[in-house]
Amino acid sequence: MALSAKLRTPGWYRAALYDVLGFAFAFGLVVLVRWLMHQHPVIDGKAITIVALIAVPLAFLIGMGAADYWFYWAIGRPTRAEDHSAHGAHTWRDYFRVNTDHKVIGIQYTVSSFFFLFVGGLLAMLIRAQLAKPGMQFLTTEQYNGVFSVHASLLIFLFVIPVFAGLANFVLPLMIGAPDMAFPRLNALSFWLLPLAGLMMLASFLAPGGSFAAGWTAYAPLSTTMPLGQLFFTIAIQLAGASSIATALNFLVTIITMRAPGMSFFRMPLLVWANFSTSLLVVIATPFIAASQFLVLLDTSLHFHFFDAYVGAGKNGNVIMYQHVFWFYSHPAVYIMMLPGFGIISEILAVKARKPIFGYRMMAFSLLAIVVLGFTVWAHHMFVSGMAPWIRIPMMITTAIIAVPTGIKIFSWLATLWRGVLHMDTPMLFALGFLTMFTLGGISGVMLAMVPFDIHVSQTYFIVAHIHYVLFGGSLMTIFAGVYYWFPKMTGRMFDDRLGKWHFWTTFIFANLTFGPMHYLGMQGMPRRVAEYAVQFAGWNLFISLCSFALGASTLIFLYNVVASWRGGPRAAANPWRAMTLEWQVSSPPPIFNFDAVPTVVGGPYEYGIPGAVHGIFKPPVEAQKATAGATAFSTPPSQESH
Amino acid sequence: MRKHPLLQMGVLGAAVTAVLLAIVLSIHWFPTDASTQAHNVRTLYDVLLIVSVPIFVIVLTVVSYSAWHFRMKPGEEDTDGPPIHGNTRLEVVWTALPAILLVGLCAYSYSVLRSNEKTHPGAMVVNVTARQFAFEFSYRNAAGREVVSPDLYLPRGRPVVLHLRSLDVVHSFFVPQFSEKLDAVPGIVTTLRITPTRAGHYPVECTELCGAGHSLMRTGAFVVSPAAFHTWLSSQKPNGPPPVGNPPKAAAQPGVPGSTTPVANPKPPKE
Repeated sequence: MALSAKLRTPGWYRAALYDVLGFAFAFGLVVLVRWLMHQHPVIDGKAITIVALIAVPLAFLIGMGAADYWFYWAIGRPTRAEDHSAHGAHTWRDYFRVNTDHKVIGIQYTVSSFFFLFVGGLLAMLIRAQLAKPGMQFLTTEQYNGVFSVHASLLIFLFVIPVFAGLANFVLPLMIGAPDMAFPRLNALSFWLLPLAGLMMLASFLAPGGSFAAGWTAYAPLSTTMPLGQLFFTIAIQLAGASSIATALNFLVTIITMRAPGMSFFRMPLLVWANFSTSLLVVIATPFIAASQFLVLLDTSLHFHFFDAYVGAGKNGNVIMYQHVFWFYSHPAVYIMMLPGFGIISEILAVKARKPIFGYRMMAFSLLAIVVLGFTVWAHHMFVSGMAPWIRIPMMITTAIIAVPTGIKIFSWLATLWRGVLHMDTPMLFALGFLTMFTLGGISGVMLAMVPFDIHVSQTYFIVAHIHYVLFGGSLMTIFAGVYYWFPKMTGRMFDDRLGKWHFWTTFIFANLTFGPMHYLGMQGMPRRVAEYAVQFAGWNLFISLCSFALGASTLIFLYNVVASWRGGPRAAANPWRAMTLEWQVSSPPPIFNFDAVPTVVGGPYEYGIPGAVHGIFKPPVEAQKATAGATAFSTPPSQESH
Repeated sequence: MRKHPLLQMGVLGAAVTAVLLAIVLSIHWFPTDASTQAHNVRTLYDVLLIVSVPIFVIVLTVVSYSAWHFRMKPGEEDTDGPPIHGNTRLEVVWTALPAILLVGLCAYSYSVLRSNEKTHPGAMVVNVTARQFAFEFSYRNAAGREVVSPDLYLPRGRPVVLHLRSLDVVHSFFVPQFSEKLDAVPGIVTTLRITPTRAGHYPVECTELCGAGHSLMRTGAFVVSPAAFHTWLSSQKPNGPPPVGNPPKAAAQPGVPGSTTPVANPKPPKE
């Protein structure tokens, strides 16, 4: 294809061209406005960067073709009807195009999130190298603050949140018997926003004054007085947040409107319930972090005074307001980063213990209880913030009470294991590892709810320990479990179970050795977010650093296993785990439109141990009723995957 | 062996609980306590441990016991477990019991908080000013004149009220041995109450990320005998002219424990 044609068709060439145009637009707009307003100098690098940070990513998305259909439709040109020719991926190059197939998008999401996991993990190695000895090492304090800020931001906004969206993107439509997500084009746009947000965060290292260094919490007025790099965070959050919200809406509509016949809410697999709950949280909460960062953007770039309250300067901004708005998102975000994992664990435990989930309805209701209660606990992050003291008491009580639905889930999982036939393979090991580590994180969470204790350990390494038990021992364990569990379905290949077990044991042991002692350090008084610490903490910090390097190395086993198995692992059967949910009733990987015949759901998703029980059959509803009326001896042969 | 798995597990769990409790209660988690508040927090933590360890052991024991006892044996590849869908009585128990336990812990924590933040008439007032990247402690000497120190000096046994201000970004005042911490927030004055009980030299740390110098924003807290404190205070050179009217208590009456008093234009300390 000639270059001029490439520049006109959606793709990387046009995206590059549009980026240049986007930058030119930003440059021109800033120069024009400054010239009209008699501002000097007319060419202001900071202002141009801010506008370009917004214009260039949008230009990129348009150039890639993420919005072509809508533009054609809006200006009345004939839209190209979706002939599905773009569905599926035949070579690795297909993953670098805008694709509307939920299975391709699921893999795009998952793989790019894992890219950011490895980048964020490398930053963690830098952090631990710096902290291996007391006194300053190779990073300056500014660089250190930047490294841990980018570490946290990448792993929260570019790994944990999107990787769950990625896994659910792949399996959720299959689980509910749908051919795709409700809004495939919106789905593609949601994905392509993400790498832009991640690269923007990484690019902040190149900004004059270094990367953003106010932590992932970006408390004002520290964040509003930071150098330019801070704005890379502020704007990247808008991109990642928009992606999150769009995906959540997509999930909600998909779950509500596209379930197969017979799939009532109480026949949905718990992963679907979990993503339904998570999406509710995202849709309601995420606009708050967007707002908090817009306020920071206005304060920084246009000299608003939302958070400007300098003593003696006569300014009456409200500093604590930032923290309230921020945590009103960021506490529910903790559940956004955990509920999908709960869903994954429920799937795996039922299948691997060969038993129905114990207390299915309570499992679903407890998810909804967490959604509601999740919005009532945010200020427990602010017990020492100087907010009105009475708020601490109701927040302590709600925070303690939210442990009840979480406890219901833990106990129900334990009861699911009881008297099962446990298949102790890699996904199951990660699920059991999750149960123990997450329980510890939950217990330290209840301790943190208790105000007088929280006052002592708040802002210390105890918090670092707690958040890593919850996000590493909790979320990441469920992510590994889920990736191994659905690996055969997603890639059509089996992974190496022996390497998987090595991965589990090294991860489990070294994660506990890394994050466990941090509780002690925090209680002894070591503050978090310090580039340097008192000599008395030296021994444990060295120990933690060494264990963290081993923990980092353990992920290489995973990387090797996944890459080697994807390239040359044994072919996976349609249903290697003998699972009942619908995604396992089609071939691995699934056919391009998921189901050749629309499935009809005739029973619960976890009816293990009941002779002849099935969840779904591949017949129209009328025939399905006849076939199952009175008779249970009807099973779906694996050959249903015909295509 | 297969007859009483629950009993077997109960015995195992009780043994593990006993051992774990003995271990975690003997660890010196906290630095030496040097205030009444710190003493209360340590007792609270012991109670939290005693409640938490059995819950963790339940999870740990059921997981390990199941992994060992219910593991798939050769020949069971196509076997499923019994189709147990739930047990309402059990589910009510594990919803209600934790709820009661948690409300109990909240009530106890609340009483500790009340006692830790009790107001004491005649408490000594220290004004703390935080800035990037230092603390400054301001006292009134016997003549009512301001004395400023980079270190915190406190007389043992006398309740003290700290009024915290910030000149730039959010900082946080923390002395691990006092188990008390509070942010210094631009635009408002926050109040912290401490009753030091043990003489010694303790670190004052900034625990809220405040910029490049955050990790070095540390100073000392000296708890000394009342006589030594008096000597120290009168030996310090006062700052500025004697006060007019009664400014010492002007900003020092917010009253409620840990309260925040919005101050439109708090007076910056004189240099």
